[in-house]
Amino acid sequence: MRAAASTIAPARRARRARFLPWAPLLTLGVMLGPVLAGLLGTLAPALGYMPALGGIGVSVAPFEQLFAWPGLPRAVALSLGVGLAATAVSLVIVVLICAGWAGTRTFGMIERLLSPLLSVPHAAAAFGLAFLIAPSGWIVRGLSPWGTGWEQPPDLLILQDPAGLSLIFGLVTKEVPFLLLMTLAALSQARPAQSLRMAQALGYARVTGWLKTVFPLVYRQIRLPVYAVLAFSMSVVDVAIILGPNTPPTLAVQVVRWMNDPDLALRFQAAAGAVLQLGLVVAGLGLWRLMEMTVAGLGRRWIASGARGHRDVDQGIRRLALALGATAAVAVIAGLAGQVVWSFAGMWQFPDLLPDGFTLRNWARHGPRLAGPMAETLIIAATATGLALLLTLACLEAEHRYGLRPATRALWLLYLPLIVPQVAFLAGFQTLSISAGVAGGRLAVTLAHLVFVLPYVFLALADPWRAWDRRQDIIARALGAGPDRVLWAVRLPMLLRPVLTAAAVGFAVSVGQYLPTLLVGAGRVPTLTTEAVALASGGDRRVIGVYALAQMAAAFAPFALAVLLPRLMWRNRKGLLNG
Amino acid sequence: MIRQIMTSLAALALAAPLAAQEVVPDPTDWEGVTGAAEGQTVYWHAWGGSNATNDYIAWAGDQVEARYGVTVEHVKLKDTSDAVSRVIAEKSAGKDAGGAVDLIWINGENFAAMKEQGLLFGPWAEDLPNWQFVDVEGKPAVTSDFTVPTEGLEAPWGMAQIIFYHDTARLAEPPRSIPALLDWARDNPGRFAYPQPPDFVGSTFLKQAVMELTPDPSVLTEPVSEASYEAATAPLWAYLDALTPHLWRSGAAYPQSGPRLIQLMNDGEIDLALSFNPNEPSNAIANFELPETVRSYVLDGGTIGNASFVAIPYNANAKEGALVLANFLMSPEAQAHKSDPAVWGNGTVLALDQLSEEDRATFEAIELGVATLAPDELGDALPEPHPSWMVRLEQDWTARYGVGQ
Repeated sequence: MRAAASTIAPARRARRARFLPWAPLLTLGVMLGPVLAGLLGTLAPALGYMPALGGIGVSVAPFEQLFAWPGLPRAVALSLGVGLAATAVSLVIVVLICAGWAGTRTFGMIERLLSPLLSVPHAAAAFGLAFLIAPSGWIVRGLSPWGTGWEQPPDLLILQDPAGLSLIFGLVTKEVPFLLLMTLAALSQARPAQSLRMAQALGYARVTGWLKTVFPLVYRQIRLPVYAVLAFSMSVVDVAIILGPNTPPTLAVQVVRWMNDPDLALRFQAAAGAVLQLGLVVAGLGLWRLMEMTVAGLGRRWIASGARGHRDVDQGIRRLALALGATAAVAVIAGLAGQVVWSFAGMWQFPDLLPDGFTLRNWARHGPRLAGPMAETLIIAATATGLALLLTLACLEAEHRYGLRPATRALWLLYLPLIVPQVAFLAGFQTLSISAGVAGGRLAVTLAHLVFVLPYVFLALADPWRAWDRRQDIIARALGAGPDRVLWAVRLPMLLRPVLTAAAVGFAVSVGQYLPTLLVGAGRVPTLTTEAVALASGGDRRVIGVYALAQMAAAFAPFALAVLLPRLMWRNRKGLLNG
Repeated sequence: MIRQIMTSLAALALAAPLAAQEVVPDPTDWEGVTGAAEGQTVYWHAWGGSNATNDYIAWAGDQVEARYGVTVEHVKLKDTSDAVSRVIAEKSAGKDAGGAVDLIWINGENFAAMKEQGLLFGPWAEDLPNWQFVDVEGKPAVTSDFTVPTEGLEAPWGMAQIIFYHDTARLAEPPRSIPALLDWARDNPGRFAYPQPPDFVGSTFLKQAVMELTPDPSVLTEPVSEASYEAATAPLWAYLDALTPHLWRSGAAYPQSGPRLIQLMNDGEIDLALSFNPNEPSNAIANFELPETVRSYVLDGGTIGNASFVAIPYNANAKEGALVLANFLMSPEAQAHKSDPAVWGNGTVLALDQLSEEDRATFEAIELGVATLAPDELGDALPEPHPSWMVRLEQDWTARYGVGQ
């Protein structure tokens, strides 16, 4: 027996060894082509090179035109301001909620709310919010005319305000659930209960104790998702068009406008704008890093000071955090409810709180047409997420077993698709897919989605994976388990929550892809999102409501699984929860 | 005859580099075209934001499938430029045949750009059998797309004209000229909005205004020149400077598209709006998107009109199928179906006096929508200015009003 086992084991190891050590390189190889093509497709026209449109030289003219655009300073300031503000506000809300409520019954309720909140597509949440807070929106309708005296809506600049406040609000409502989900995944590796108990035993108030003992550990794990939120908030287009200012808009929106302009010469300027946007996101990340260091320095001094925190202040902060979080959640849920009502609405005018009549006509018209795109959406999302998960786990496990840090470090390249505006990035990407002859089918679309899904899966999983306590590996190995057995029987079950979370995020990212699906699929792979975006351009809130609900349904199940499955599976294995 | 030979020769010359790979369809040999088209799938890239439009496209696809064995797939776009991007990307990648786009719904600047970049197949439109019914004389827009000669590179399939609409329950007597609009806006601040240029409805509002205000409208049909631009547009900027403070949100924010105006009207935020589709208010009423009291009208001096076209990219995969579809779209039957407000309510490109008795009767039997103007109420459409004016107007508008200064 023993002899047989020892002869099998090396062979097995050898076979494994062929795949795992190469995983980071393989991942880079798979992704590098599209990413570099996308980058080239952005850089070359920015420097005036695009033979298909008659640009064959190299010049700085596109940048000169870009800098001559009178709206540039404001657009740049707006992008930077909105991105930093939305990220900071979201992070503060999430941290204070966790500090004040983690481990309580209330926190359990918050957790259950997460999956529906996360599965609402960004654009749908923005439409919902717009109908909520507009001067002719649901809130004003509820108060008019009896409370406000308004027979017709007031001419107030709430949506599209020049400072971008509604845009920040809209982004915060969607980023708070995302960061909370990431934090939950991270918390399972940070043993918050033990630290908090210790802090409270030493007389620290709850929030103060959490911030001083748990937060430093957690933030290290959620840093990448926070960066992703910052990059996303700075370069988001659909939400910014619905809620953001437009005289001028953010830089990313302006790039899309130029890209869509019938005047093809503007595409060079658009490419230059995309390069500037890339620089802007990098600068934004740099600023954030500076803020991180400042806060860390101040925080260390605060921790060393030994201040215990006041119980009353502490209670105030807890309530405030809950109120802010609840506002964000209510905004999304009420917005969604608005869409549900619209999808059944007959005539519905200001100041009526509800439609004159309800009709099934919209569902009867569009419902049967949802089946095909829904199936396509689910197949593509499942495949792309599965591939992304496989590559990510292989990379991380290779890093763990073979110490391949340098190779995984090069994986930062994978994050490029998140920080370059899609509309410019995809031009080169599309050209590559056509040259490679893979354009126009489900496979091509799935691979294109992978480029955008993988970074999210990677950033959602990498830090929790690395934060796993290696002593457990040593103990398991000492008990005779091989590295594979440790992976399958110990590490994956313990990290089930971050793995499922990463998968759910990846799935939702795939469901939401519009441009990659359209451009790489040559329009021949209709998904819920491509249908929804095309129909939404007609502005009928009833149709938008139907498709928003369908998109939400597609993304809901994975989020629900990520939140509920670990609880079920850990019910009798509580020890796995906190290491 | 000579013309036909010339166009065939031109087609041959244009297609020469591709000849090694594929047989170029010859629209003058119609039987050859329909024969080759059978079994093809045509990917028609067309704006997909309206139920009426989408249903009509689906109907046309069914008809062409039943009659010619050509399958039509509607690729629903939010923006025509997405299809243009696709063709550019294919050209960049050297894919000069077997492209993904077979037919594009297009006009104006997009057409001018594709034509200039050599991205279109043709000429073919004027060789189609149903071209004989097209009202070339009565509707100059069908061969002159924003003053750019179509030269057979695109086939007309619908007419559009600017109309204004208002809710009679809130506004009984709307302003009927551009100057009157300013006076009305002064008395009713915040109740009018136009989409932000370069949205095409917004840009068309600028063109409509400049045509009515400029001292000599004839310069607008020529490409813009520095000498003429200043004098021609000075009254427009003076007008907009006066109008902007009285716009919806005082001009600090603009609606981002034409359909958004319907929402704003229904929400009671504005009392006056405009559209490029004379039947849009009727469609919106039927769809519960606007109250039944909404009516439309045109300005006393007439409003700008243009035609919509379909074009075939130079590297289209199913050119024969696309030709068959384009020809069907110009048929009296398809045009009559499209004119029916219960279907779409889009104006026809055909000359009714060139149709058979029977076809003409079909057209005349169509009942107009409640908020749709009859052809004589619409009047003769004013021609679009040269596209170069639109580019300059959009740039200047952005510098003056679009960047918050």
